[in-house]
Amino acid sequence: MTTATMTMAKALNEGLRRAMEKNKKVLIMGEDVGKLGGVFRITDGLQKDFGEDRVIDAPLAESAIVGTAVGLAIRGYRTVCEIQFDGFVYPAFDQIVSQVAKLHKRSDGVYTMGLVIRIPFQGGIGAIEHHSESPEAYFAQTAGLRVVSCSTPNDAYWTIQQSIEHDDPIIFCEPKSRYWEKGEVDLDNPPQGLFEAAVRREGSDVTVIGYGSSVKTMLRAADTAAVEGTSLEIIDARSIAPLDLETMARSLEKTGRLVVVQEAPHMASIGSEIVAELSERCFYSLRAPGIRVSGYHVPYPPTRIEEEYRPSVDRILDAVDRVMGAES
Amino acid sequence: MIGEELVQLLTPEGERVANSDYESKLGSDEIFGLYRDMVIIRRLCNESTSLQRQGQLALWAPIQGQEAAQIGAGRALAPMDFTFPTYREHGIAWCRGVPPKDMLRLFRATSNGGWDPQKYRHSVPTVVLGNQALNAVGYAMGVQRDGAEEAVMAFFGDGASSQGDVLESFVWAASFNTPTVFFCQNNQWGISTPMSIQSKIPLYHRAHGFGFPGIRVDGNDVLAVYEVTKRALENARVGGGPTLIEAYTYRLGAHTTSDDPTRYRIDAEVEVWKHRDPIERVKSLLVREYHVKTAKFDEVTAEADAMALELREDVLAMDRPDPITMFDNAYAAPHPLVDEGRREMIELGVSVGAHS
Repeated sequence: MTTATMTMAKALNEGLRRAMEKNKKVLIMGEDVGKLGGVFRITDGLQKDFGEDRVIDAPLAESAIVGTAVGLAIRGYRTVCEIQFDGFVYPAFDQIVSQVAKLHKRSDGVYTMGLVIRIPFQGGIGAIEHHSESPEAYFAQTAGLRVVSCSTPNDAYWTIQQSIEHDDPIIFCEPKSRYWEKGEVDLDNPPQGLFEAAVRREGSDVTVIGYGSSVKTMLRAADTAAVEGTSLEIIDARSIAPLDLETMARSLEKTGRLVVVQEAPHMASIGSEIVAELSERCFYSLRAPGIRVSGYHVPYPPTRIEEEYRPSVDRILDAVDRVMGAES
Repeated sequence: MIGEELVQLLTPEGERVANSDYESKLGSDEIFGLYRDMVIIRRLCNESTSLQRQGQLALWAPIQGQEAAQIGAGRALAPMDFTFPTYREHGIAWCRGVPPKDMLRLFRATSNGGWDPQKYRHSVPTVVLGNQALNAVGYAMGVQRDGAEEAVMAFFGDGASSQGDVLESFVWAASFNTPTVFFCQNNQWGISTPMSIQSKIPLYHRAHGFGFPGIRVDGNDVLAVYEVTKRALENARVGGGPTLIEAYTYRLGAHTTSDDPTRYRIDAEVEVWKHRDPIERVKSLLVREYHVKTAKFDEVTAEADAMALELREDVLAMDRPDPITMFDNAYAAPHPLVDEGRREMIELGVSVGAHS
């Protein structure tokens, strides 16, 4: 097994490089992705090595980045679109839900919408407004799309490649606050399938499910809870749509208690969907109602106070206390 | 508004107009072919309107008045070119070889598309205004990367010309010099919205601001539309970049069968445009210059009637799809929620037939 230690940003970069080497139809398009290598340097060096025809510096118009990728897909190309920040994806929303999601169906399966839309999402980097949002539920609601996330460098390296190879369009959510954290990457074998959840830490008292940047916070909460004598099972959903409900239900059948963590507000959210689905599937195993720990129902706050908005270890532990206390 | 800026090779009376830039070299058979196309597509359109009125179609988007714009552009295309239509490009679809009954699947609400877009090199209908202009430019970027000599045509109307996607597609096409021909049928009305609200300048002038040529052609003159489009396509195929063609025409009918144009426009305006009918002027030319006999025109009318009858039979025979087919092609790969829905429908016994 060949392994290397690298940041998530580098792992994404290496994953993109490998996908481009394997398939010359793979293109990258986005704002500042060429010479600059992207504002987060995810595409660093790729234009130099693969040329301007394959790593395309786009004019600044998100609808066009996605809309032209649709045409390229019809022509047989696989474009990885970079949306610079979560809050800038909305100009492309029309193309994503009206064309990307529906053209395979509308063409009776003739068109393959094999394209990936990378979105750095969630907060935690002290940015200004529109740079810290969690728009995943908008896309998860739309039939025809798939939404995935990653939480470790190894996952990032593999899921970006698996997403590019997949024939359905994929919204690829990257937790930007974790870009610079290092981890070991297995360069030979993918850890698992693209749409499978991962049990990051086994436990017996409470199932805690989240994705992206929340996973690390959940693991910290598990450390603290363990000291207090409560055993948390930490599940990284990885795939946001579809959800790997089998893995989640298996855990919940064991623990009987559920906490879901997300940065997005809970109204019509992924967390709500997880609680609803698991309540249906595991109702008679539940020992307490499932609880969502979410962002508040307010516009993302000025980032000097974002840590009071984002799910913290304390808020997760409060929820754990509630599902534990509900039993006694 | 029609003036010296307009490329016109045939007057409304069917007399030839000398033009220093464009000349029609089509012979009598070819011109008669264009006439035939226009008669057939108008007949198709009238039959479809009747079918809608009789409750057989959910909706119809007529093209009366725009036949020359569509047939002129459609016949200028080469087989390997690729086209991105709206929901009103029946004449283009006809030229690309799409069977008439397939054009009506969308309007009978039995399909969201209706034909194999790769087979006819004519994409499926786009209902959201302007989306397809970006898709066309993206396809053209693929053509460039393949090193192919193919042109890509994006269709839209005066209404969609206000959409951001259309204007972004102009930026992209100019910046990357894509082999795209933007074909705007300015039929003067976006449902009830007049052209004067869409633009303060002639639409084709916009291209100049984006850095590529724009040209206005008499959209009711099939010879002019054919020549102007042909040259723009040839230019695109050899790396000459994009062109915006504004086909200046008029929507003689309603926006769709759900519309009532008497609420927002005056009859006198419609009457003016009826005198510019695209079919009559070619017929006048064929009679005057080529002495085409009445019997030959009658043959086309009979052919169009036969086509309409066949279309009617095909549409009436078009059953509602098996509900279970809604789960087909929602995704390319298996999806648990789609599988769940399909299972539920089968358990409910809704499906009328076996389906894999």
